[in-house]
Amino acid sequence: MSDIATTTDAKLMAGPAFVRTKPVAPLPPPLTEAGAIGWMRKNLFSSPLNIALTILSILLIVWIVPPLAKFLVIDAVWSGAGRADCLASPTHPEMGACWAYVIDKISFFTYGFYPIDGRWRVDVFFVLLALGVVWMAWLDAPRRDLGVAYFFVIMPIASLILLLGWPLIGLSKVPTTSWGGVLVTVVVSAVGIVFSLPIGIALALGRRSHMPAVRLFSVIFIEFVRGVPLITVLFMASVMLPLFVPDTWSPDKLLRALVGVSLFASAYMAEVVRAGLAAIPKGQYEAAMAVGFGYWKMMRLIILPQALKITIPNIVNTTIGLFKDTTLVFIVGIFDFLMTVEAGRSDPNWITPVTGPTGYVFAAIFYLIFCYGMSRYARFVEARLAAGDRH
Amino acid sequence: MAPQTTANPGLKPTPLKTDVAVDLIGVHKWYGDFHVLRDISLRVTKSERIVICGPSGSGKSTMIRCINCLEEHQQGRIIVDGTELANDLKKIDEVRRDVGMVFQHFNLFPHLTVLENLTLAPIWVRKQPRRDAEDIAMHYLRRVKIPEQAAKFPGQLSGGQQQRVAIARALCMNPKIMLFDEPTSALDPEMVKEVLDTMVQLAEDGMTMLVVTHEMGFARQVANRIVFMDEGQIVEANTPQAFFDNPQHERTKLFLSQILH
Repeated sequence: MSDIATTTDAKLMAGPAFVRTKPVAPLPPPLTEAGAIGWMRKNLFSSPLNIALTILSILLIVWIVPPLAKFLVIDAVWSGAGRADCLASPTHPEMGACWAYVIDKISFFTYGFYPIDGRWRVDVFFVLLALGVVWMAWLDAPRRDLGVAYFFVIMPIASLILLLGWPLIGLSKVPTTSWGGVLVTVVVSAVGIVFSLPIGIALALGRRSHMPAVRLFSVIFIEFVRGVPLITVLFMASVMLPLFVPDTWSPDKLLRALVGVSLFASAYMAEVVRAGLAAIPKGQYEAAMAVGFGYWKMMRLIILPQALKITIPNIVNTTIGLFKDTTLVFIVGIFDFLMTVEAGRSDPNWITPVTGPTGYVFAAIFYLIFCYGMSRYARFVEARLAAGDRH
Repeated sequence: MAPQTTANPGLKPTPLKTDVAVDLIGVHKWYGDFHVLRDISLRVTKSERIVICGPSGSGKSTMIRCINCLEEHQQGRIIVDGTELANDLKKIDEVRRDVGMVFQHFNLFPHLTVLENLTLAPIWVRKQPRRDAEDIAMHYLRRVKIPEQAAKFPGQLSGGQQQRVAIARALCMNPKIMLFDEPTSALDPEMVKEVLDTMVQLAEDGMTMLVVTHEMGFARQVANRIVFMDEGQIVEANTPQAFFDNPQHERTKLFLSQILH
């Protein structure tokens, strides 16, 4: 304190008039305000409640992290040929995570029962999909209009041919019953997104339409689907549908689930898009109509580009939900990623008390990485939109 | 209908049919129970500049929005450049192409650059080649004196600049009639003049204009006729000189005394 006092022109402070004679140089802040100590004071110990919460959090971390690290890393088995390697033994007294099992099963988790000599086709599909996702997600990407065509038309058709096979061009047929693992999870999510967005947009426009029949249909569809759990939709798609159509028509089991998931996601997407449409000021519609645009061109060129842009964070959130919901397709006997993990658990070669937990931890990490990635992306877009985006 | 229209003060001696740009004949409009437009008859000849004024809620905006069918009228006839506005959507779009509109809040498309704002409708509605549309757009941007802003987004411009872009956007469609709905009301005071100057220039070029505005200086300088509206009716219409110097109706006198301090 005494330091600072001497730098102040004290005698001038006494009277009513004041003229500064020497400038006050900036000083570094006191230690209690800056650096690690300052940060901790401000963020961890600012009030009694905060102190209590800090202590509680530390206790929680101490309670959870060491055993978890011990199980997942320290006692874990990273390589091995079978269950014997993961079981407790004199040299390895405590059982830990059996990562050897995950490594051994990784291609089963990825491809399911897809024929081994055709698995390159799945890899190509993953690359095609990744390309499409990057093109769509990168807001400043070149030729995004082409990207849309690629993502919603070219990629789905190419993937269909690639995965199902087309003997004419030398790709042997692979029935969807042998698809599985990450492939199915990704296919169901991707199909859900690729179809739900256009259908959702159509439903959202329908719900705001001036034509009563269109509006009524949209409202009934959206409210009905949103009022029913996904499991019910999947059961209906896979159990009830075959009752109404002849056996020969009866569509593929995976296809039925895809239709169910797509329609389900469409209803949610419709509500998300509707919120975006509602946020566009009336003046935009009027300006578009005043220069002679008809309904469809107005929507395509003026309203939807703006509405979808502000909706991206919510679309991504819906996508995250959809991605996790795809695990429910196991209920109709489809081998998605989680189901392959579940099935691998009972492989006699790997059956140990730790196989199940290891598989589930692996599945959790898989879903976490994807969902967290999408969530970060939504935050990034939100931040960019909040920054005004220059326009 | 005929006796009604001749009795209406908004009507000048009948000009040649081909000279009529906009003809409103006994137009009525209701919002629910509220009778917003009551027996509006107004004939606007080509190259005529009409300024419409009146207290808020008097139906001025509603009237000019009826002319390009942003609002529907329920009774009477509106004939724009020889085309009667009925429920035929094709005809409505045709009329809208030939009628430019400038809004109070500009209503530029925020996701497009200034140049794209100007070329969008010519390309998609008029089917002009992109290159031609861009040349025309640059021509009008030069006329409103902001060609250097072509690559910017509307959000980067001042209000006055945005409104001038909006005027240029309407002009790019090569309209026969221009409607202005309080074009300077949302502007900061120091930006009003640049927009009014643009409109004066447009008037000098012989554009048919219907302008809803409170800018009485502009009305005096530019208008052929001033139409005063109150409670959904045309109360008085006259040349600027007669309107300002010798108002006839009590309501007009009151209004003028309130706005001309």
